[in-house]
Amino acid sequence: MKLSKNKSFKAIVRPFWESNPIHIQMLGICSALAVTVQMKTALVMALSMTFVVSTSSLVVSLIRKWIPANIRIIVELAIVSTLVIIIDEFLRAFFYDISKQLSVFVGLIITNCIVLGRTEAFALSNPPHLAWLDGVGNGFGYGFVLILVSFFREFLGSGKVFGIQVIPKSIYVAGYEDSGFMLLAPAAFIIIGLLVWLQKSVSARKD
Amino acid sequence: MVGDLFDLFLNSIFAGNILLAYFLGMCSFVAISKNINTAIGLGFAVVFVLGITTPINWLMYHYLLAPGALTWAGLSGMDLSFLKFILFIAVIAAVVQAIEMVIDRFSSALYAALGVFLPLISVNCAILGASLFMVERNQSFIESIVYGFGSGIGWMMAIVTMAAIRIKLRYADAPYGLAGYGLTMIVTGLMAMAFMLFSGMTV
Repeated sequence: MKLSKNKSFKAIVRPFWESNPIHIQMLGICSALAVTVQMKTALVMALSMTFVVSTSSLVVSLIRKWIPANIRIIVELAIVSTLVIIIDEFLRAFFYDISKQLSVFVGLIITNCIVLGRTEAFALSNPPHLAWLDGVGNGFGYGFVLILVSFFREFLGSGKVFGIQVIPKSIYVAGYEDSGFMLLAPAAFIIIGLLVWLQKSVSARKD
Repeated sequence: MVGDLFDLFLNSIFAGNILLAYFLGMCSFVAISKNINTAIGLGFAVVFVLGITTPINWLMYHYLLAPGALTWAGLSGMDLSFLKFILFIAVIAAVVQAIEMVIDRFSSALYAALGVFLPLISVNCAILGASLFMVERNQSFIESIVYGFGSGIGWMMAIVTMAAIRIKLRYADAPYGLAGYGLTMIVTGLMAMAFMLFSGMTV
């Protein structure tokens, strides 16, 4: 069996680029952009999101035969909120500074459309291992976009990558200046717009 | 005092716009802003729900969850604030359901206008986001009412303006990859810049 035909492989890889949650499904942008000023916060957000979406998919898939259809949304929300509480308490205990910077946006994973979307669309009708892989794939796909956006914002906005100065002093002396605009909210919208443009043009050429 | 509240109101509409400065409620913003009438309907529903749920969640938080909030029940050492996510989302879902039933009973015209949007709203991040910001910023009860309504109005202004711009954009000859979602995001960015000009405004 070729690797690319393998169902598990597809479940984890497809969300990455082809149907990347942010680009094509247009979901989950909500809480994504506010944490992209620094790469560090974006990375933590991406990992938290991956944890929540994969674990909730796994749990929902495990109990999918016992969830009554008409209250399934409430059940899913309860599972997701419990996981978010766990991750929030974890961050507050071990990474207090980052958790302060992420502020309310960890909590907002609950209303993130990707999480509910994946449990609804995939986990409810697939076996646990596939559901878990699909969750991991979606979480990574989301994290990839977050980190990409935060890379541009941190690099152009403060000349740093992961908090380390990468644009040398000599260039600043020569007259280069950081773009303060990149640190403001509108820059995130515009970067996402440009990324969508890039991705759509690239995948159009492939067809 | 009143001046401060008015400042908070203006700030939550313009400079601190919940959509354009904090990215909350993007999903429905992008999906619903194709048509001006539906945008207005959803906008009113959001104002309504935000204005009601934020103060209710304030009461819930300060009388049930906050550290020492259960003193009235004799449990002065309790700190249940970690339960806020689950309680807030439950309150929002319940309030939305209740509002839907009440307007269905008393005003069929309003129900026809808002009914379809109400279920959508329980998963709108702006609603939960406003409640969480209210806790994080240590607002008083009055402030939470003002903040809830202000944020709702700000969100509504953003989505209605966007719907109006998108009608014009239909006739724009954008490159293939940019047309649609990409252009919407860039225009949103430009709008966010315009709204930011109001920052620092005080009465």
